[in-house]
Amino acid sequence: MKTWRFRKAAAFLTALPLYVFTIAFVAGPLVLMVAISFLSRGESWGYVLEPTLRNYKGIFEPAYTAAFAQSIKLALVSTVASVLVGYPFGYFMARLSPEWRSRCMVLLIIPFWTSSLMRLYGWMTIFRANGVLDSALMAIGVIKEPLKLLYSFPAVAVGMVYTLVPFMIYSVFSSAEKLDWSLVEAARDLGASPAQAFLTVILPLTMPGLYSGIVLTFIPSMGLYFIADLLGGSKIALVGNIIQEQMMRVHNMPLAAAFSVVLMGLTSLCLLAYRKLAKTGELEGLIQ
Amino acid sequence: MYLPIIVVVVYSFNESKLSSVWAGFSLKWYDELFRDKSMLSALGNSVLLALLSSGAAAVIGTLGAVGMSRAKLRGAKTIELIATVPIMAPEIILGMVFLAFFSLIGLPFGMLTLVIAHTSFCVPYILLLVKARLAGMDKSVSEAALDLGASELQAFFTITLPQIAPAIASGMFLAIAMSFDDVIISVFVTGVNTNTLPLKIYTQIKTGVTPKTNALCAIVFACSAILAAVSSRVGKKSA
Repeated sequence: MKTWRFRKAAAFLTALPLYVFTIAFVAGPLVLMVAISFLSRGESWGYVLEPTLRNYKGIFEPAYTAAFAQSIKLALVSTVASVLVGYPFGYFMARLSPEWRSRCMVLLIIPFWTSSLMRLYGWMTIFRANGVLDSALMAIGVIKEPLKLLYSFPAVAVGMVYTLVPFMIYSVFSSAEKLDWSLVEAARDLGASPAQAFLTVILPLTMPGLYSGIVLTFIPSMGLYFIADLLGGSKIALVGNIIQEQMMRVHNMPLAAAFSVVLMGLTSLCLLAYRKLAKTGELEGLIQ
Repeated sequence: MYLPIIVVVVYSFNESKLSSVWAGFSLKWYDELFRDKSMLSALGNSVLLALLSSGAAAVIGTLGAVGMSRAKLRGAKTIELIATVPIMAPEIILGMVFLAFFSLIGLPFGMLTLVIAHTSFCVPYILLLVKARLAGMDKSVSEAALDLGASELQAFFTITLPQIAPAIASGMFLAIAMSFDDVIISVFVTGVNTNTLPLKIYTQIKTGVTPKTNALCAIVFACSAILAAVSSRVGKKSA
């Protein structure tokens, strides 16, 4: 009994730094964020201790609801595109021989580890008016006028999908990798067409990976403001851009906090929905 | 996946200052880059920041995972959930709350605030990887060591640590890569005098680009490619 107690105390002491750090530097700031969102704006910076609901009312101003709508639209578009690109990719990667599979993995990991800014900058060079894309398309005669895609919704969507699709691929891959292929063979032997086998066996079994991929692309896409900033110019304002602007330029911290609370709420909803659907709390392929 | 990277690398050797014109091969932008003191100091800051925060996270995350695996601790599930918030929530929220929090407790913005903020999103990677590794480990070996008279510490250093080392290493690599790449959180918590490399690149891209930026990006790319290759080696050994 005594040793058991001792071991429990030792285990607690070992985990103590994590407890302290998490409570002080993660939970603390988050609680502060919620608190600030109910306070009034300070004279020039910060907040004063006057409770108010004004910040939450402020969110419903047309300019802001438009930003929310645009964020959600962009998140939906990027998530659907990521599913369309990432699902087949992850699926076929799981079917490769182990040797090719690990080669594919390294090829995927390198861009993922490369500065995302640098990759976005590459897209800027490609999309710029008379840039790489315009020149190439004009040279082969597809278009006559430059498309001038930079600073438009499609450019932001491409940048978003490009940044987030690896998450989808990993998630689908890690779930397809665990798939028992004999089940698929059994379905085929029993007379299922390839399409039937896919819909009734493969798809349901890789669903957890797909859900997890959707969560991992949908949530970040609402907050990655610098993608919208670089590829969308000032034309595309997402929730992230508004938080950044309210915080750094307008200095309205309570309003930024209210936006963050709402965004955090959306995030939690996504995660809850995921838990319900996939029946697990762990995200597939979050870290490979 | 590689198209934008190739474009950047190719244009870094462009003689011309304009990114739309190709004027022949040149290394002059690399030369200029290495003479830029502010650029080198930003690079130094980024390296220091990545090492400090992934190091701190390695200690906190590993100890946390080990402690939680040893006994059922009260609130362990909740702590784990909160600890993983930094990689679940959109980064912009973290940046915002850290800015508010640090100004409330009066920490001067600079390297210290950067390290704390980066540590917060490095911890979950290590915590989750080490936890997964511990779950797959044979507990009987360290129990045997304890039965044979090894102290808890001895058992930890001779049995457990070597087994979870690969997980710690790959978590750290991931954490370093994430820290080295972070713009959003850094924008909020950095001080006036502390620039990190991604922040520097970001400002440069926003305010007129020179091929110097391409050269810088090309170098950063080379570094991360090496890091990724090393990490996948380490990962393979652990598998």
